[in-house]
This record gives sequence, C-alpha cells and structure tokens, in this order.
Amino acid sequence: MTAVACNPRVEVDPRGPRFGAAITTVVLAASLLLVGTTAGIVLVAWQALAFGLGAFVGLHAQPYGLVFRSVVQPRLAPARDLEDAAAPRFAQGVGFAFAAVALAGLLLGLTTVAIVALALALAAAFLNAAFGFCLGCEMYLLGRRLLPGGQRVAA
Amino acid sequence: MTTGVLVLVAVLALATAFGLWRRRSDGRIREQAQASRRAAGVEESAEPADIHLATMAEHGGEVLTEAALGARLGERATLVQFSTAFCQPCRATRRILDEVSTMVEGTVHVEIDAEAHLDLVRRLGVRRTPTVLFLDADGVIVKRASGLPRKADVIAALGEVIA
Repeated sequence: MTAVACNPRVEVDPRGPRFGAAITTVVLAASLLLVGTTAGIVLVAWQALAFGLGAFVGLHAQPYGLVFRSVVQPRLAPARDLEDAAAPRFAQGVGFAFAAVALAGLLLGLTTVAIVALALALAAAFLNAAFGFCLGCEMYLLGRRLLPGGQRVAA
Repeated sequence: MTTGVLVLVAVLALATAFGLWRRRSDGRIREQAQASRRAAGVEESAEPADIHLATMAEHGGEVLTEAALGARLGERATLVQFSTAFCQPCRATRRILDEVSTMVEGTVHVEIDAEAHLDLVRRLGVRRTPTVLFLDADGVIVKRASGLPRKADVIAALGEVIA
C-alpha cells in the first residue's frame, strides 16, 4: 500500500482549469487561422507565456485562472470538490512545450512544424474544455513506461 | 489561412470523436480475459514471467501475490487501484473504492503508485490511471476497468467476483 507521491498539496476548483482550457482553445484556434501573420505570432507568444506562468510559477499566476477567480468564480456556487493542482499544473507544462515549439516554428519560418504543434495543443485544450479530459496527464504514464527506471526485472 | 481552417476543422472533429468514444468507454468494467487479450498486443514482447511478480494460474487468469502487491489480499476480494500524481480522476476513484470496500465485508482496497511500480505496470499492461483490478480471494485478476468507474458498477462487479 504505497501512498501516491504528491508535491505539497495545493488544491484548486476544477472548474478553473476547465475555464482556462476553453479560453486556450479559442486562442489556439485563432492562432491557427492567423499562421503567417504577426498577429498569429503575438497570440502564440501570449499563450506560451500563459502556459509558462501556470507551469513554472503556479496555477495562481496563470492569467486565465486569475480571470476565473476574479470574474467567474464569485458568480458560481461553491465548488463541490476540490482537486489536486498537480495534474492541471503538469498539463500547463505540456502545453508550454507545444506552444514553445509552435512559436519557434513561426519565428524560424518552419510553418509546418508550427501548425502541427498548434494542432496538438489545440486538441488537448479542446478535450479538456469540452470533456474534462486531460490528455497530458494520460500521456504521463505512457511516457514513464517507455523510460527505463523502476525496472526490477532484467531483460 | 486555408490550411489553418482545414487543420482547425480536422482537429476539432477528431477530438470530438475521441472525446465521445472515451466518455462512453471510460470506467467500464471488463472481464480480465478480454482485457488481457487487448493488452497482449503491446505486452507480448515483455520480459518472461517473474514468479514473484505474477504467475499464471491453472485456469489461465493472472495472479497477483501479496508479495507483488506489497499488501495483504482481502479475504474475499481485493480492489487494486493504480494511481499517479498527475491524475484527475484518481481521487474520486479512491473514494468510491474505499466506500465499497468498507461496505462489503472481506474486501480491501489497495492503491499502488504506478510510477514506483513500473515493472508491475508494464507486466499488467496498465496504460492509464486510474486502472482498477478486481482480484478474487486467491488473487486472480478477474476484472479490470480504466478510468473512473461508477460506484454501482463496482458493487455489481464485486458481487460477481465474490460469488
């Protein structure tokens, strides 16, 4: 019976990350339509910054989370259940990686790279917003399984 | 711009299809024979069976020993939950399994940190968390579910395992 190792428990209203995912979906969809324009680059840079703040500083610093807490949450009933912040924060990190690749692609003129990265990030954000499904979290165990480590049985 | 529109429509359509399928299949409790056949495609090349880890019982079901679990088996049944730190539905799953195992005498709920037991995870073909295994009194894996299971389904499945 092993307790799951968790970072210091920070808890969030699960509707916050979901609201953020909806805004992220709109921003990423717009940046896909604006690929090749300066506005597209600005949007992707903004989204990368938003993801980066959520992942590296914390969900409390995520701009869409700030909007949720100041504007949306006061109008909602109190959350029935809180959730651990570890999963949504991890998802922000995955989002940051894709947004960073997309931004680099746009800046270096590698349009296809940028479009693929944006498409994957959009799919993840949309699944989270529409279905509450965390793609990055699901990928986590698959990734860990592929890496060595924790292996007890010799090949 | 046109490429952007096409990609946007394709991504939203595919993601919607995937999300609907996932919502339908999530948490559904399946018979282990069926589940292990599916996992076999990935797991066939896996390391030879380690008898301390898991062995094949005579009737073909895979067995989890107390040594492999690192916990005592329940007298009548054991609910084994694989979890990770980055797992939204793991907490709700834990609550349901705790409630059911408290309610049904002779059953215990064992939670395993998937990251700390990657050998077991690979061997059993666990690809997502939460994954829940239903073991009978001998530790034979009878049923499994991935994703958050419904409480009524857990109770019904447990009834079949014990019967």
